[in-house]
Amino acid sequence: MIGLSHYLLVGAALFGLGLFGLLTKRNLIAVLMSIELMLNSVNINLVAFSRYSATDAAAGQVFSLFIIAVAAAEVAVGLALAYAIYRGRDTVSVDEMNWLKW
Amino acid sequence: MWADFSLHHAWLIPLLPALAFAIISFFLLRSPWLAARLAIAAMGSAFLIALGVGWAVVSKGITVEAPFVMKTVWFSMPGLVASMGVLIDPISAMMLFVVSLISFLVLIYSTGYMTDDPGYARFFAFMSLFAASMLAMVIATNFLQMFVFWELVGLCSYLLIGWYFQKISAREAGKKAFMTTRIGDFGLLLGILFLQIAFGTLDFGELAVKVPAYVQQNGAALLTCVALLLFAGPIAKSGQFPLHVWLPDAMEGPTPVSALIHAATMVVAGVYLVARAFAIFSVLPGAMTVIAWLGCFTALFAAAIALTQREIKRILAFSTISQLGYMMLALGVGSLTASMFHLMTHAFFKALLFLGAGSILHALHDKADIFEMGGLRKSMPATCAMMGIAVLAIAGIPPFAGFFSKDEILVAAAHVSTPLYIGASFTAFLTAFYMARLFLVAFFGEENPHNHAHESGMSMLAPMGVLAVLSVIAGIVPFTMGFGDWVRFGPAHHAGIDWGIASASTLIALAGFGLAWAIYGGGARRSDAIAKQAGVLYSLSLNKFYIDEIYQWFNRNIVTGLARVLYWVDLNVVDGIVDGAAQKSGAVGAILRRFQTGQTQHYVALMLMATVMLTLILAITAGAVAGGGKI
Repeated sequence: MIGLSHYLLVGAALFGLGLFGLLTKRNLIAVLMSIELMLNSVNINLVAFSRYSATDAAAGQVFSLFIIAVAAAEVAVGLALAYAIYRGRDTVSVDEMNWLKW
Repeated sequence: MWADFSLHHAWLIPLLPALAFAIISFFLLRSPWLAARLAIAAMGSAFLIALGVGWAVVSKGITVEAPFVMKTVWFSMPGLVASMGVLIDPISAMMLFVVSLISFLVLIYSTGYMTDDPGYARFFAFMSLFAASMLAMVIATNFLQMFVFWELVGLCSYLLIGWYFQKISAREAGKKAFMTTRIGDFGLLLGILFLQIAFGTLDFGELAVKVPAYVQQNGAALLTCVALLLFAGPIAKSGQFPLHVWLPDAMEGPTPVSALIHAATMVVAGVYLVARAFAIFSVLPGAMTVIAWLGCFTALFAAAIALTQREIKRILAFSTISQLGYMMLALGVGSLTASMFHLMTHAFFKALLFLGAGSILHALHDKADIFEMGGLRKSMPATCAMMGIAVLAIAGIPPFAGFFSKDEILVAAAHVSTPLYIGASFTAFLTAFYMARLFLVAFFGEENPHNHAHESGMSMLAPMGVLAVLSVIAGIVPFTMGFGDWVRFGPAHHAGIDWGIASASTLIALAGFGLAWAIYGGGARRSDAIAKQAGVLYSLSLNKFYIDEIYQWFNRNIVTGLARVLYWVDLNVVDGIVDGAAQKSGAVGAILRRFQTGQTQHYVALMLMATVMLTLILAITAGAVAGGGKI
């Protein structure tokens, strides 16, 4: 029988993978993809809690819909920035993107 | 009619010269002829109004107890109402008359004396402002108003003493006058502040009621200190020892300025302030004693210096200090009448002396040493005659003006203390001696062949003539008309002549003349031998008892040393704190900015670690609470 904890484990695994990617990947596109993974793990958690909690309210599912919309927008902006940076600096490596400091 | 108008428009007296100042300095700087006429016209009108005020005081019976007061609020804030106004009583009416008359005469004299000066129009502007400040100070109803114009007088004296600003000595003299008087003004301001705090008012009328009541209730100790603080202003302004040093140097200004400063507008301000606040001083015997003794000492001290000075204006300057000491002495022994009487007569004959000196200097092209003059009576007979009158007046020979006023002071001093009387009498002897010395050396004896002296023009001689007449009659006329009934403090003062003191002082003055004749008479120069015999005493007097040198030493060693120490403190302690604070923040920033790598992934890692730690902390503490000590 698959219960809440299974879903939460999947969510946690996905979040961990995303976080690992976020911290270790050098490619800007890969970093963005990792962020997407983390967002989706949150979605899984929300939907699972919504399904297994007692109430009828679909608040968790509505939230996940919002997150999907926000993620889409974020990807659009993120990719546009990545493209702009690539055109300007001829690179997508985050190691070289350190010019926003003193 | 005229008296009525004048009384109610007394504010015009200072306003007219002030307007003349404004108009000249804004529009007439390039038309000197017009500027001089305007200044003289304004001052003349002010004098006419002052005459009307004087007549109104007599005809309407305005007395010291029931003065005529007009005032309006200048500004106010909670706890402080400052008003401006006009206070007319016999004392201020007398001052208005004297100041406006002498200023008027000096202005006329200046048209002749200042010819060819490049700043002709500006000179008349400053002179007008000078007179206006003094006149406004005279009619002040409260200490604050008085202080404002008191300072304005100080400013004008600075401007006019430093008139020949291309000369270093004149510039220095102007600064010296301003700064020396500032020392006293500081005390005066402190005293005024205390009065405002303690009594909530600066009005002369109200203070005259409140201060005696306070003294009766709480004793005089505190207020004596306050009165001495107030007196610091007059010490500096009226050239009392030890702040007299600026007055001899003030002769660096043009001679009409000296006449104005010494006779009417500046130095008597201090005497007048004490007289105006006499209700405060008179209930404080300690302060009165200080005033009397300081006055007596100053009189004697300055006269001793005047004995050996060689420059004509310097002799006159020290004689002014000496005579001011007389006035202070009179105030100190409680005789306001004698002090004001001497102020008036002194104003006339001292103005005459200075204008006469100016006439000589004008003729001799600023050759000031009296021993280089000699025999001027032939080339300048009119100046000689009028100077002679002034010398007789200042020496106190009857029936000239100085005799009556000096006699009143001597009588008042004799009533209070014999040492004061003896000091004042000895001063009278010295005064007669040095004035006769000046007169004999400058006007008699051999004519100096290098001098081509000539008599001055009418514009200079006419004002001197008026002053000469006043120097003769200004004593006997007020004396017989009951000066003491009007200008007084407390009960009316009917001074008959005390024949004993009067004849003694006349004999003393004649003895002074005689001694001067014996030493300097008939062209003889026996003074050098006497100077050699006197030795130390002579050089003390010649060098003004080294007071200037003492101040300079003090300034060079103490003040400069203190300044050096403070400079070091500023450089190392104050700046050290400021610089240190800046350095430390810089160092902290240098460390902290290493965390700011610009690598987004570092920031994310930091966020992660922080979140993990927060979660751990929360979990442990929450577990400890929930588990009830199981962990």
